[in-house]
Amino acid sequence: MEIPYTVTARPDTGLWNAKVGIWLFLASEVMLFGGLFSAYVFLRLDADPGAWPHGLLNVPVGTMNTAILIVSSVTVVMAWASLKMRRFRAYWWYMLVTILCGVIFLGVKLIYEWPQKFEHFGAFIKKDALEKYEPYLGNHHLAEKGLPPRTEISGHLHNHEALHDENVKEYEIALDPVNADPANPAMDRPHFLYIPPTEKVAKIEKADVEYANMFLPKHSAYFASYFTITGLHGLHVLAGVIVFTYLWLPVGTKLYKRNPEHLANRVEVAGLFWHFVDLIWIYVFALFYLL
Amino acid sequence: MNETHDSLAAETAPADEHAAHDVAKHIRGYLMVGATLLTFTAITVFLSYVNFGTQKANIAVAMLVATFKACLVAAIFMHLSSEKRMIYRILIFTFFFVFGLFWLTYLAWYDPITR
Amino acid sequence: MDASSGLAPHPHVEHDPHHHEGGHDHHELPFWRKYIISTDHKVIGIQYGITGLIFLFFGFSLMMLMRWQLAYPGQALPVIGNALGHLFGPDSMPDGKMTPEFYNSLGAMHGTIMIFLGIVPIAFAAFGNFVVPLQIGAPDMTFPKINMASYQAFFFGGCVMLVSFFVPGGAAKGGWTSYTPLAVIADKGPAYDPVFNGQTLWLIGFILLITSSLLGAINFIATIIQLRAKGMTWMRLPFFVWAQFVTAFLLLLAFPPLESAVVMQLMDRVAGTSFFMPSGLVINGVPLHISGGGSPLLWQHLFWFLGHPEVYVLILPGMGIVAEIIANNTRKPLWGYKSLVFAALVLGFLSFIVWAHHMWLTGMGSTVSAFFQTTTMIISIPSVIILSAFFISLWGGSIRFNVPMLFATAFLPMFGIGGLTGIPLAFNSADLYLHDTYYVIAHFHYIVAPGTIFAVFAGIYFWFPKATGRRMNEFWGKVHFWPSLICMNIIFLPMFLQGMLGMHRRWYDGGQGWTFANEKVWGLSGFEWNTPISIAAWVMGLAQIPFIINFFWSMKHGKKVNDNPWEATTLEWTAPSPPPHGNFEVAPVAYRGPYEYSLPGRETDFTMQNEPMRESDRKAYEAAAAVH
Repeated sequence: MEIPYTVTARPDTGLWNAKVGIWLFLASEVMLFGGLFSAYVFLRLDADPGAWPHGLLNVPVGTMNTAILIVSSVTVVMAWASLKMRRFRAYWWYMLVTILCGVIFLGVKLIYEWPQKFEHFGAFIKKDALEKYEPYLGNHHLAEKGLPPRTEISGHLHNHEALHDENVKEYEIALDPVNADPANPAMDRPHFLYIPPTEKVAKIEKADVEYANMFLPKHSAYFASYFTITGLHGLHVLAGVIVFTYLWLPVGTKLYKRNPEHLANRVEVAGLFWHFVDLIWIYVFALFYLL
Repeated sequence: MNETHDSLAAETAPADEHAAHDVAKHIRGYLMVGATLLTFTAITVFLSYVNFGTQKANIAVAMLVATFKACLVAAIFMHLSSEKRMIYRILIFTFFFVFGLFWLTYLAWYDPITR
Repeated sequence: MDASSGLAPHPHVEHDPHHHEGGHDHHELPFWRKYIISTDHKVIGIQYGITGLIFLFFGFSLMMLMRWQLAYPGQALPVIGNALGHLFGPDSMPDGKMTPEFYNSLGAMHGTIMIFLGIVPIAFAAFGNFVVPLQIGAPDMTFPKINMASYQAFFFGGCVMLVSFFVPGGAAKGGWTSYTPLAVIADKGPAYDPVFNGQTLWLIGFILLITSSLLGAINFIATIIQLRAKGMTWMRLPFFVWAQFVTAFLLLLAFPPLESAVVMQLMDRVAGTSFFMPSGLVINGVPLHISGGGSPLLWQHLFWFLGHPEVYVLILPGMGIVAEIIANNTRKPLWGYKSLVFAALVLGFLSFIVWAHHMWLTGMGSTVSAFFQTTTMIISIPSVIILSAFFISLWGGSIRFNVPMLFATAFLPMFGIGGLTGIPLAFNSADLYLHDTYYVIAHFHYIVAPGTIFAVFAGIYFWFPKATGRRMNEFWGKVHFWPSLICMNIIFLPMFLQGMLGMHRRWYDGGQGWTFANEKVWGLSGFEWNTPISIAAWVMGLAQIPFIINFFWSMKHGKKVNDNPWEATTLEWTAPSPPPHGNFEVAPVAYRGPYEYSLPGRETDFTMQNEPMRESDRKAYEAAAAVH
């Protein structure tokens, strides 16, 4: 006996095997990201007032990446529709665009967004030293407006050795605009466009610092969840790109010649996965970039 | 199955004319949904710079837009608007449990013994 | 009584039993394709089974070591102590005396190995893989390659767990639950290697094991939905298939949140994040240099979100096996098939919303406690329905007490004890006292050890003829059964006493230095009870030797039997033993329910699912329907 219903649907369920399989897999993925997002909610609820950072990510770039993923979702569904209509050329082109979109998305993340964060530095000031650094924090101004206080001074770290060397007693930072001019009302809310650190340099004594690090996962609960969730999401994008490439290569052409419906089914299944990845990103974008 | 197909001649000969026609009807819809998603991405970015009074309100608005977009993707791109009953059954349970995970962990956070 | 059954002729043998040997596979596959990276569900099932049994015995051996320390704390282990000290490194058992750290490692790894490398692979993956496709009349699983990947992920996960014993500092020692912050700071001494340390390897191994279970679960559900034979409607599925179906759903939906938690703990250990690390931790008087802001409670929530469904993952396949064997050996239909099915479904559903009853001591408020206490109470109802149905099934049967049936009947009271003693733990006021004592250990071991593991043994004896075409020896089976049953009870019953005295489950000295552990109960003090328990554990270890020998000896020299030696009714017994690749010559068709024993008007007392309806059957069913 051979395994039935690999291409054609089983009459009573109306489904072929891989479709059941991919939906079950997506159900488990919903739970996987559900676990991560519930952790995000839990940590955010647990955070001290004002401790959850805003506006640390580059919104225009994030928007662009969102658009890229949406476009790729459209092209992958078009690729599937082309196969259903037996237009192989069209399928080939749509698939190529999809793969390129995935690669660009990953490229932007890995070459631009993440490294830029890794080069950024932030120091959380101890509660009793907040007054001392008032010129960089502007908490008086914020208190007047009823906004939560700032506790972090961030920017470009000049003396990297300070991170490891215990003999270096202070951090030397080229300040971010928000710390360079903290009392300016324009700084109350994050900017849409990214503004690089200013020329203004501040020295912060280590003794006054609660915790300081580059914008790595260990920097804060925010960056920990950001890097973990986008990292896992990136792995999903990578997996999707690999599967699409496999279906786009001559392997797919051969399968098409043998049984076009089978290839259409495979593209549909891979596409379902891809749409799910897109769907997750819609939430990631809102939660990490905008809120 | 048909090993004699050695060209892409199948391009002009769909196995199932009816199915191909069905799919063709939907293409316009797919493009429309893509455009709607892009529009709402722009809208949600814009809305995040509008002050709705409290942080909570801003979160609610952003989540509402994101959920709307997610529903569009699921319903149209993932064909959930007309799927087989078995798939719905699986997903109903999944959503129930994921909701339970969120709600109950929230509840446990909200109601510690010290409060 | 039972011996005669093995010789009964199959009424519908239409084929020559030798016809299948090799004849079906036209191209003979090389050994490694056939047995090492096979995609055949039966080979994968057997791979899972044997690997799982090895891990089960390994996990049991860890416990036998711990029992020495508990009964004779601080004394050198005779004979093998020194050798073990050399094997596991200088920090484990210097001069044969166990260090507290090594004891903790053994405890954590005993739990992990028994559950995730022993019972789940055997009860779910091995039996499920081997039996489910045969029972539903399918040629294989829906995704044979994914099935193979599932086994390989499991195998590598197991290897990583084993390797962790030999890295500096030894295997994970944070308990099988890996509670943070303890688990995150474990081994973080001056010579900390971010990857090659016990806890990190535990996490990596765990990700592999979860992946394996997820792939398996997807395959099982898809197979049961898609590949049921013609006529095999949902209500004609054997209860075992239902049990596996629900189990697969539990794994599919409960494991991913834990996977996310494991990834986060891995980040905590490797990348220095603090998902589960609160602010302001001080270790050895030095403030910990982390960003903080994390939550240890979060780990517990995500862990027990899996952890509780996992309990039902352990027990449901066992119930399924027992159901098959009881119906077969009482020679009458299983009582209340439909209520069994719905009870299993309700059980699966409810198991997702009871998890926080493991967390009564974490300081949840009364609202949450009341919620979880209520759901926990409710979940005992379907469990009782299932157990009652099994007991009623025994009623009035002329029972054949062969070895599978001995294990299956022993399962019932053992599971009963385990279940009933869980009720005090479900109430948070009673649990405040009993939490983390030996009472808890006794409670859940009664469910998993003489419960599930006995069901597993029953299943091995029962389906061994299908897998090999030979039967395991009955006499040595009984030599295996009786000492195991007696020792199990000597081990776990006194633990209830110890628990009620207040003895903590993680003491590494068996309670020697604690006043209330030296209180006398039933003639011995809490501490002294450790000695009979330990001796029983070692005797039980010896009692497994007949099984091991019987298992391997019977593969080659067991008594040859026909395709249906137990005169059972389900579809797997219509296939040749062992079934060839593709299982059935012709696609089977199911005409009736799974347990048609003693159907009036039939010449045999069992009517197989693939036997077409007769006029007499119709009359019998109508008469039965009229009675109900």
